[in-house]
Amino acid sequence: MRLQAVDVTLGYGDRVVVDGLDLGIEAGTVTTIIGPNGCGKSTLLRALGRLLKPSGGQVLLDGKRIDRLPTREVARVLGVLPQAPSAPEGLTVADLVARGRHPHQTWYRQWSSSDADAVAEALAMTGLSDLADRPLEELSGGQRQRAWISMALAQGTDLLLLDEPTTFLDLAHQVEVLELVRSLHSSAGRTIVMVLHDLNLAARYTDRLVAMRDGRVVAAGTPHEVLTEELLRKVFDLEAKVIPDPVAGTPLVVPVGVRH
Amino acid sequence: MRRTRVLAVLLAALAGAVVLSVTVGAKTVPPGEVWQALTAPTGTENDIIVRSLRVPRTLIGVLAGVALGVAGALMQGHTRNPLADPGLLGVTQGAAFAMVASIILLGTSTLYTYIWFGLAGALVASAGVFALGMAGGRGGPTPVTLALAGTAVSAFLYALTSAIVLLDEQAMDVFRFWQAGSIAARGADAVWQVTPFVLAGLLLAAFNAPGLNALALGEDVARGLGQNVNRTRAVGVAAVTLLTGASVAACGSLSFVGLIVPHLVRPLSGADHRWLLPYSGLVGAALLLLADVIGRVVAPPGELEVGVVLALIGAPFFVALVRRRKPVRL
Amino acid sequence: MRLYGPSRPRAVAVTLTGLALLVLLMAMNMRIGDIPMSLAEVLRATVDAGDPGHFVVMDLRLPRALTGALVGAALALAGAITQAIARNPLASPEILGVTTGASVTVVAGVVASGSAYGGASGLLLSLGIPALALAGGLAGAVTVYALAWRQGLDGYRLVLVGIGVAAVFTNIKYWLLTVGDVNDTTRAMVWISGSLNGRGWEHVAPVALALSALIPLTLLGARTLDALRFSDDTVVSLGVRVNRARGLLVLAAVLLAATATASAGPIAFVALASPQIALRLIGSGRPPLLASAVLGAVLTAAADLIARTAFSPVELPVGVVTAVLGAPYLIYLLVRLRGKGR
Repeated sequence: MRLQAVDVTLGYGDRVVVDGLDLGIEAGTVTTIIGPNGCGKSTLLRALGRLLKPSGGQVLLDGKRIDRLPTREVARVLGVLPQAPSAPEGLTVADLVARGRHPHQTWYRQWSSSDADAVAEALAMTGLSDLADRPLEELSGGQRQRAWISMALAQGTDLLLLDEPTTFLDLAHQVEVLELVRSLHSSAGRTIVMVLHDLNLAARYTDRLVAMRDGRVVAAGTPHEVLTEELLRKVFDLEAKVIPDPVAGTPLVVPVGVRH
Repeated sequence: MRRTRVLAVLLAALAGAVVLSVTVGAKTVPPGEVWQALTAPTGTENDIIVRSLRVPRTLIGVLAGVALGVAGALMQGHTRNPLADPGLLGVTQGAAFAMVASIILLGTSTLYTYIWFGLAGALVASAGVFALGMAGGRGGPTPVTLALAGTAVSAFLYALTSAIVLLDEQAMDVFRFWQAGSIAARGADAVWQVTPFVLAGLLLAAFNAPGLNALALGEDVARGLGQNVNRTRAVGVAAVTLLTGASVAACGSLSFVGLIVPHLVRPLSGADHRWLLPYSGLVGAALLLLADVIGRVVAPPGELEVGVVLALIGAPFFVALVRRRKPVRL
Repeated sequence: MRLYGPSRPRAVAVTLTGLALLVLLMAMNMRIGDIPMSLAEVLRATVDAGDPGHFVVMDLRLPRALTGALVGAALALAGAITQAIARNPLASPEILGVTTGASVTVVAGVVASGSAYGGASGLLLSLGIPALALAGGLAGAVTVYALAWRQGLDGYRLVLVGIGVAAVFTNIKYWLLTVGDVNDTTRAMVWISGSLNGRGWEHVAPVALALSALIPLTLLGARTLDALRFSDDTVVSLGVRVNRARGLLVLAAVLLAATATASAGPIAFVALASPQIALRLIGSGRPPLLASAVLGAVLTAAADLIARTAFSPVELPVGVVTAVLGAPYLIYLLVRLRGKGR
């Protein structure tokens, strides 16, 4: 287990969102958390990325309590990209990606050739090398999202948590981002955890699905195991047919209607 | 590299402002005689003007300008609010209140003691605001809580200060001149009083710059990059407090420098605080000295306070800049 | 953050509680003073023109208390509009150029007329200063508006231009304060702190007029204010004509602040704090308009009661007390709500 949530209770202020949840993420897998709005997916992801401190239970990174590890050390192993991040105006793509090197820099050694290499590689991997000097606000939504992913890549971690990396993107750009995620996994063996809304894309690009509702894990396993008509009813209150995807053979959800 | 070239230009501008500041005034002293006064003084009138008036005045101007410019950039970076000035955390009003209170309670009267009281007031007020921002929540202070708590504490202290000066004419007389802001007649003592605080503040600011770059991407991203957000905020607040406290205690409320300079500098530096902070410091100092020089010559035989000149020259320039280009959002 | 309008029941509860508190404070303002009166005596004096208390209640206490409450409401409403348009909790009518413009004009007037100006009463105080303040306030607002307008009114540019203009006015004011005699300085300071001393019906009328005309107008604009919290693109897509709506709302805020300032001086902190207090009590996404106005009136009325009585016979300017009263309460709300994770 690379990353593990053990009996975690999560919330904001007095409000409990996730109560006593257990989840393990195995090395070298792509895991996607699915579930209806407000079920606690993003909250769980934030806790796994130590952005949110659990009020009960603990998160373990490689078997060690993540809150007891120096945060900078964690940042060299684990990258997190929160939902819809915002950058100050005027920041160029290269500047943004360079900031991904933050955990590798010390106060007296701000920039080195290894930083430059990592940034160039991250830009190349996301196809942004030609746009490096453009300010972020001039890019399209898909390019901007790739720039943020590129920043997370420059961080050089083999564990990546992505919160809805495809929001606001059209279908082609969604596929583009997920292809990128897939290639990160297959080429470098990175472990990736994401939150996604599109079930069909989730089924197609992930090894393991985790379905959540009301702060609990309802089902976890391969897309075939998890994406059943019964589960869709249980988790989303959705009547749907599940047929094999004609291209990839993964489960394809065809909605019929919402149960009231 | 472009950024290094800009840095060189700004340094040259500051050097020019320093030269003007030691030569121009009610009595113009040519640069050659300034040099002589500094290296081989013979006790002439010019020597005395340069050594005991112009040089301390210039030094305090540079110190205060650098401090306020850097503090303003830090403050706007931490709050991500373009309205944030370095006095936002209660520093300016804390200094004002402590000085005025010391006048009526202890009857202090020399500038030297005011500065100590002002510094102490600034430190206490700022620490109080930070503590209020921390109180209640489990995490650290958010920018909005910090800014609002700072504004509320400032308003509170300003009200107390107003009450005192309305009831005590002597306090009013000191307060109104402090409020107008001036770097004249501060003397070499003030320079020695202020320098250690400004240096400590600049050190903390330099230390804070990379963390502030991470924070500019949002708190979650910064945490994800391994930045300790609460510690970064605490260091930032400490730096702003030392820098602003030292300069307002010595020169009065000149926080306008800190408010506009980062806006002037951002188009040159971009969003990188490792460049924004030094640029802001240099521009702040150059601007303050130039305003002071102008104040010396526009209304002979008197002088116009540097605070007024700054606003009269700086603000239209600032407004023109805001109108000409699309303002850079934080 | 709640995305849609304020939560209705809470908004109503806060507004009604505020109104009740306001009535209570007004009653206390009628009763307390150099000549303490019971509520029955106050009522008798109000209706009976021959009653010895008639002058005290009808010519001294009532107009003063009304000026306070109305000015507080007007400033708070102006603040709520400004904060919503600037999308910035630190914004107040100060950045519209109104209060600072009024201050610098009045200080200039006081200093220029110097000792020839006479005592703290007289014709100039009752007519000249309000006129100066109104002229200065409107001139300040026109300056900001004209400089900020560039193919439309961008909230962000308005804020930045506003800071610049306010800085000029404020620093000229500081300088003027150092020029005059220290007595003049003190007199000017009383006015720029905001004072209700000696306010009569002639001060009530303009503010009452402005409020009764502008409150309905602003409430009509409330939908626009909700929309303005989003980016301009979204606002346009919501079918709001951004520039015209924003222009009218800013104009309303300017008129409210200018009349209020003309009547009582730029009373500190009411415009900034009342909307923020109302926002936190109700938990809405933007400063609520009516509740802000009511809380502004409450804050000012309470402050005036204290300003008149705390150090009697010496009277403090009300603007000194509003901050002393409002700041701790705002801080308390900030601290308490953080504990609830809001």
